[in-house]
Amino acid sequence: MGKKKDSASDTEDTESKSSAPRATPEPVAKRPAAVKPAERVTAVEMGARQREISVSEFFTKNRHLLGFDNPRKALLTCVKEAVDNALDACEEAGILPDVTVKLEVVSNGGPVAPSQANRFRVTVTDNGPGIVRQQIPRIFAKLLYGSKFHRLRMSRGQQGIGISAAGMYGQLTTGKPVRIISRIGPKAAAHFFEVQIDTKKNEPLVHENKQIDWEQPRGTQVTLEVEGKYQKGRASVDEWLEQTSIANPHVKLIYGTPEGETKEYPRTYHELPPQPREIKPHPYGIEFGMLLKMLQDTKSHTLSGFLAADFCRVSPQLADEICKAAKVSPEAKPRELKGPVAETLYKTLQETKIMAPPTNCISPIGEKAILAGLYKQIKGEFYTAVSRPPAVYRGNPFIIEAGLAYGNRPQDQNKPQQPAMPKAEGEHEEEDSELARVIRYANRVPLLYQQSACSTFKAVLSTSWRNYGLTQSRGAIPGGPMVIFVHMASVWVPFTSESKEAIADYDEIQKEITLALRECGRRLGLFIRRRERAASEFRRRNIFELYIEEVVEACNRLKGGTLPKQKLKEQLQKIATSRTGGQKTDEALGKTGTGPEGLPHSIIVTADGVEGETALATQVESSQGVVASPVEPDLLGKPSPSDKPASKGKTTKSSRAKHPPKKTTAQSDQARLFSGDSKTTKKSSGKPARSAKTAVSRKSK
Amino acid sequence: MTTTKTKKTTPVEKKLIGLADIVIQSAERSKDPTFQIPIRALSNVSFNERKGLIEMGSKKQERSFFNVGMAKRFMQTVLVADALSELQRADLTTSLREIYYRTKHTIKDSHENTFDAQDESDPVIEDLEVSLATLREELHVSAENRGSIVGPVIFGDDGDRVDCSKLGKGGYSVPSIVEPEYLEIRRCTADFLLLVEKGTQWNRLSEDKFWRRYNCILLTGNGQPPRGVRRLACRLHEEHRLPVYVLVDNDPWGYYIYSVVKQGSINLAFESQRMAIPKAKFVGLSSADPERYELPRNVGIKLNEKDIARAKELLNYQWFQKPAWQAEIKRMLASGLKYELDALANKDFQYLTKKYLPRKLKEKDWLD
Ligand SMILES: Nc1ncnc2c1ncn2[C@@H]1O[C@H](COP(=O)(O)OP(=O)(O)O)[C@@H](O)[C@H]1O
Ligand SMILES: [Mg+2]
Repeated sequence: MGKKKDSASDTEDTESKSSAPRATPEPVAKRPAAVKPAERVTAVEMGARQREISVSEFFTKNRHLLGFDNPRKALLTCVKEAVDNALDACEEAGILPDVTVKLEVVSNGGPVAPSQANRFRVTVTDNGPGIVRQQIPRIFAKLLYGSKFHRLRMSRGQQGIGISAAGMYGQLTTGKPVRIISRIGPKAAAHFFEVQIDTKKNEPLVHENKQIDWEQPRGTQVTLEVEGKYQKGRASVDEWLEQTSIANPHVKLIYGTPEGETKEYPRTYHELPPQPREIKPHPYGIEFGMLLKMLQDTKSHTLSGFLAADFCRVSPQLADEICKAAKVSPEAKPRELKGPVAETLYKTLQETKIMAPPTNCISPIGEKAILAGLYKQIKGEFYTAVSRPPAVYRGNPFIIEAGLAYGNRPQDQNKPQQPAMPKAEGEHEEEDSELARVIRYANRVPLLYQQSACSTFKAVLSTSWRNYGLTQSRGAIPGGPMVIFVHMASVWVPFTSESKEAIADYDEIQKEITLALRECGRRLGLFIRRRERAASEFRRRNIFELYIEEVVEACNRLKGGTLPKQKLKEQLQKIATSRTGGQKTDEALGKTGTGPEGLPHSIIVTADGVEGETALATQVESSQGVVASPVEPDLLGKPSPSDKPASKGKTTKSSRAKHPPKKTTAQSDQARLFSGDSKTTKKSSGKPARSAKTAVSRKSK
Repeated sequence: MTTTKTKKTTPVEKKLIGLADIVIQSAERSKDPTFQIPIRALSNVSFNERKGLIEMGSKKQERSFFNVGMAKRFMQTVLVADALSELQRADLTTSLREIYYRTKHTIKDSHENTFDAQDESDPVIEDLEVSLATLREELHVSAENRGSIVGPVIFGDDGDRVDCSKLGKGGYSVPSIVEPEYLEIRRCTADFLLLVEKGTQWNRLSEDKFWRRYNCILLTGNGQPPRGVRRLACRLHEEHRLPVYVLVDNDPWGYYIYSVVKQGSINLAFESQRMAIPKAKFVGLSSADPERYELPRNVGIKLNEKDIARAKELLNYQWFQKPAWQAEIKRMLASGLKYELDALANKDFQYLTKKYLPRKLKEKDWLD
């Protein structure tokens, strides 16, 4: 935004926008974890340094980049920004999130049907840590003001431009201010704010500010009034919330639809995801411009010191070696490194063998949680989930997770068949030819647009699902009642464009997705084959059992009705069982109650019950039955008013033990630059192109 | 169709009950109940050159209950046997179609029908005919009345006197069961019998009173003659020494119809004895006729692939090995054309009656 313009990087700026170059993370100007408020102040100061430009002009120009291209998408973006913030805040504070989303039609006259309405009130309420009073106006009424932008850390915040952009959109389309209620704890007061943006200065205008009574002991509520269009189906608010709930089974989500219905997505997984860690950039993950900027920003006085301190996986010894190879003095002043020398340094960095970045900075959803999410939201008969080990693309660690939900629940299968109509000549059973559905996520946030451009989707197409017993036309989505889940978790998700709707297909990413899908497919194939084998034996026996009745009756009539029918029937049934695999078929059909073998992290639902991760399934089901989840206090320890990390000592097996929750709230309050956020081009362009101007502009004094 | 007769347990009924006994005894011994069914296919027939008949061999197939591929057929066989024995007890005669409806129902607790179409029950009835060595009429199952007869012959049918010379041009509809108990030949003064493939040509000949002029019986089965027609021709041939001439289209199917009348069919080889007329002659249409009778090429029809394949099959049948027949079929193949009897109308509507047949008979221009 405004900031860009004050930097020396105008040219890069335009370039970056027009050609959508790949963006890379902001380097973390690694500051010692200082006091939070101090950092925010830094950002505020930075804000003050910014040159004034018309925010509304910028906004209008860049609407499409920010997800406000059309009224329908804009409504979704508003919900998304608010929910993402709620979830990020809760998770960072170690609170199991309870989020309520409410959509209401606003009409300036009589009642309007939601599908006809063009104005909505969006209210999102969370039980998160709340926001300190002084920060509220700036967070909600100052563009590019946030806590997450500057960190190389996995968070949802990568999506969209932030809540203030949503507020801006509301303001431009309806003229209404953003209303906020926030409370940081039961002992603190709840504050009510009404704020708008001064579109000339990009500064908050506070219309209303008072203390109020609020029933919640802690949390935040945001209300936006926006122009929008509500339409169900693909890429709708409803779909987004549903998918969010699948990938975030630790969230309790209540959704009040514009029609006045209340949909509940209960919490089915009672552990918070492990806290992701921040990392320093890896030399492979930066582009030249970024290096220049880092050289300017560093606190180190020597080049080797800079390399060792500002990058991960560069030891002082390695730093010296790099300097030597690049023919620069290790003692050189970083700030003075420019031109060809800097270029040589950059090349050398890329050519030097450097250990891959640490991967413990990523917090995957986890197989169990994915299973719980899928099981909760999708009615199927087979579920499986795979979390790949961490991998690295262009110096950025990432984890791919995939899952499948397949089939129809046995009880649902039977339903439409109930009225057993005798078939007339020429009548046959109809088969349906539905295609699988792919649901995609980046850092737990559903991606609803640009499916076909997405690496995940391409990997689904290139997987040979036929090998796993599914139908698939050439280069198409496999057929069958199936949902394919793919999640990429990374400190930096490379999107194909600034609208952040599709993941770029780097070879490394593609490979990981494919491997995850194959493993899911393999398990599905195993399940399908096993079920088919059992079913065919069962069918055989069934056939015999069906026909025995007929044959016995006919024989009886032939014998003039004098036959001991029951005896003949039993004799024949005995022969049938002994000729059709006997007990073995019962076992394969799961009739004996033993679970499936060779299917890790899977749930199988049969007419007789659930197999596999049964404990998980039971847990999901019990959660669904209960509105206010009773399990929550258990995980949180005593339900305490403080926002103590919830996981401490409670979760045993969870990898969280390895990452003690760190309370990193605000690293540095930073303005987020549209252009620098996360732009990515295809792998063809070689090294990730960090947009230098972002960084430069951000830091330049 | 109902016929009344009085009997105790008929021999046929006993045979049918025998099937139930097979099931009961096998079950008793924990054995898979199995029926032995003679194979009705080319692989199980042989041509008895001396008798001039196709005879059924002794190959049998097993139909077992506890075999997925056969279970349904097995069940269907028992159901049909049950229906047939019901007919015996009630002393009723019925049609193939009614047997199908009688035995069709949806199996309890399922969506499956015992039979989905009549083409599933018809072969089962034939299976039983062969396995139990009974005739279809003995099973009290009739086919459609698909045949007409006209000429100097008098039948007794259910006590009625049927004089086929006094039935106008429509003639008498041949019943499907023509065994002596059902149909009596009271008097026959004809000199020969002409079996015509197609109803249209039979109509032409009947309308033109060809039978009166040549003192013959005109018989048709409207295509492949049904059993009643074949059996009646056979009885007239055997009981009244009528020579039998066959008039069919000039195509492989026509040849085959002739061969069925003459030697019997592969499918019903077990009935050849009662049905076949080894002395029957083929009067036409021959592949030599177009030339001899100057039929223009443009009334011919190009042989299609199926025709050609079928003709080649016929060339291999034992009963088509006579040199004259090999020449006949090869001539058709060489010409690449087939001709319908109807094509004779190209010359004159009455060409068949007035020119073609008279000349054929005069010249004794036929194949054996
Ligand atoms: N519901 C909330 N609870 C607590 N803090 C919040 C909430 N919403 C926003 N914030 C704070 O406000 C900042 C700005 O949010 P936003 O404009 O959406 O940008 P981003 O999420 O990308 O950082 C967040 O980084 C967070 O620190
Ligand atoms: Mg945000």
